[in-house]
Amino acid sequence: MIINHPILGPRDAQEFIYLGDAALIDRPDWQADNAAEAFHDYLYLRDNPAGQHRELWFHEQGDRSWLVVTRNTVTHDILNVELARDVARARGRSK
Amino acid sequence: MRYSGLKVIKEALTGHKGWRPTWRNPEPKARYDVVIIGGGGHGLATAYYLAKNHGITNIAVVEKGWIGGGNVGRNTTIVRSNYLLDGNGPFYEMSLKLWEGLEQDFNYNAMVSQRGILNLVHSDAQRDAARRRGNAMILNGSGAELLDAKGVRAMYPFLNFDSARFPIKGGLLHRRGGTVRHDAVAWGYARGADLRGVDIIQNCEVTGFRIENGKCLGVETSKGFIGASKVASCVAGSSSRVMEKAGMRLPIESHVLQAFVTEGLKPVLDGVITFGAGHFYCSQSDKGGLVFGGDLDGYNSYAQRGNLPVFEDVVEGGMALIPALGRVRVLRSWGGIVDMSMDGSPFIDKTHIDGLYFNGGWCYGGFKATPASGWCYAHLLATGQPHDVATDFRLDRFRHGGMIDEKGQGAQPNLH
Repeated sequence: MIINHPILGPRDAQEFIYLGDAALIDRPDWQADNAAEAFHDYLYLRDNPAGQHRELWFHEQGDRSWLVVTRNTVTHDILNVELARDVARARGRSK
Repeated sequence: MRYSGLKVIKEALTGHKGWRPTWRNPEPKARYDVVIIGGGGHGLATAYYLAKNHGITNIAVVEKGWIGGGNVGRNTTIVRSNYLLDGNGPFYEMSLKLWEGLEQDFNYNAMVSQRGILNLVHSDAQRDAARRRGNAMILNGSGAELLDAKGVRAMYPFLNFDSARFPIKGGLLHRRGGTVRHDAVAWGYARGADLRGVDIIQNCEVTGFRIENGKCLGVETSKGFIGASKVASCVAGSSSRVMEKAGMRLPIESHVLQAFVTEGLKPVLDGVITFGAGHFYCSQSDKGGLVFGGDLDGYNSYAQRGNLPVFEDVVEGGMALIPALGRVRVLRSWGGIVDMSMDGSPFIDKTHIDGLYFNGGWCYGGFKATPASGWCYAHLLATGQPHDVATDFRLDRFRHGGMIDEKGQGAQPNLH
C-alpha cells in the first residue's frame, strides 16, 4: 500500500506504524458523569467495518507525523489522507 | 457415510463407485432448538458436542459459503498447549487432550501428528521467560522441556546457531504439540454431527437477527427466516459484521494473517520451529511442503490477502534461521481474516440479548482451540453455565479488569 502523505507525497506503508480507528482522536471527557463507561467503550470497543475505515497511521520512519488515512478494508484502496492534527483541530481537539 | 477397513477393500476392487457424500445437504426447517451461525471448525465442533455430550440434536449449522471454507481451511495446522496464564492454560490443555483422542472419537482420520513444537530462545531474558512458561505448562499438565543449545543442535543441526543478532541459546520444547490435517477436522466434525441428525445448511447467509423484547427469536437468512430457541454466533474473522446486525459493538478488530507453503521437499523438518524474535515459524506438511508464517500485516482488513512487505519480512526471518531455505521455491501464499481481540484472548459467552450467544476473538490461534471451543460452547448452550475451563472468556471482562493478556500488550489488537 502507498500512502499519499499530504506533505511528503507517496510513501510506502511500511514506513508507518498503525494505531487503529481514527475515532481514538475523540477522547471522552474524564470529568463527565459517565466517564468510566465512556472510557470503556473508547478503549475497548470498535466499529471494525468492512469497507471504508478512517484510521490513524504514524510516520515513524519519516517525518513522525500522525495521519488520518481513509482506507477500504476489503480492497486495501487508500481513498484519502489527512494530517491528524488538521482533523483534530477541526473537531476542536487541539490548539 | 460410514467407513470400515472392509469397505475400503471393497471399493478398491470395484472402482470406488460406492462412496456417498459424507453429510446430507438439507433445506432448513422452520425452527430448531439451536441455530449455529458459521460452519467452520468451531461451529461444527459445537454442533457435534451438543449432539454427543448433551443429546441436543435439533440443530442447524448455517454457513454462508461451504463448510470448512474459512479459517479452518486457511491456518497452518498447528496444535499446542503452551500458555502461561490461568485463564488460558487449562482450556488449551483440555483442547490438546481432545485432539489426542479425536480420531477415535469421531472415527475419521484427522492425521493428528504430535511432532513437538520448539520455541527458540536467544538471550538470558528469553530463557528466563521460557523457564517460567515451561513451569506453567508443567503445572497445567501440558509438559515442557527446556533445551540448551546442544539439545537444539541435536534436533535441528541445520539451524543458524551463530547468527550475530539472534544466536540460538536453547529452546522450550513442547513434545505434545504438533499438526493436524485441518480440512479433515471440519469434515470429521461435520460427519459426526450429521450422523446424529444435525442439519448442515450451506450457501445460507445470515442477513439479520429477529430480536423482540430483548429476546432473540431466530435468524433471517438468504433461505428465509429460521426460528431458534438459541442462536449461537461462531464466525471468528467476521464477528463484528455479524454481531453488528444484532446492534452490538465488539472488543475486536479484524486483521489479516498471511501464510505460505513451498514446493514439496524430502523430509527435512520433523517438528514445528518457532523463531519469535525473527517473526517466523515453520513446519513441514505430509506432502513435503514447508508451511510457514509470521506476523499479522498489522492493519484492519477483511481482504483475505496481505501485502508483500510482510511476506518479505517473514522470508527474511526464515533465511536468518534456516539459510538452507534459500533455493526453495514458494508455491502459494494466502491470508486469513482473524478476530483480534483487545487482550489477545477469545470469548465464549452469552450476550445481553436473551437467547443470543457469542464465540469469537480467537486471534491467530483458533485452530488449536477447535475441540475445546466446541466442547465449552456446547456446554454453555446446553446448561447456561460456562464450562470450568472457559469461565474467564467473558465478553464483558474489560469492564471488570479481567483481561487475559498473554503477551502483555494492552488494548492494541495488532500487537498481540
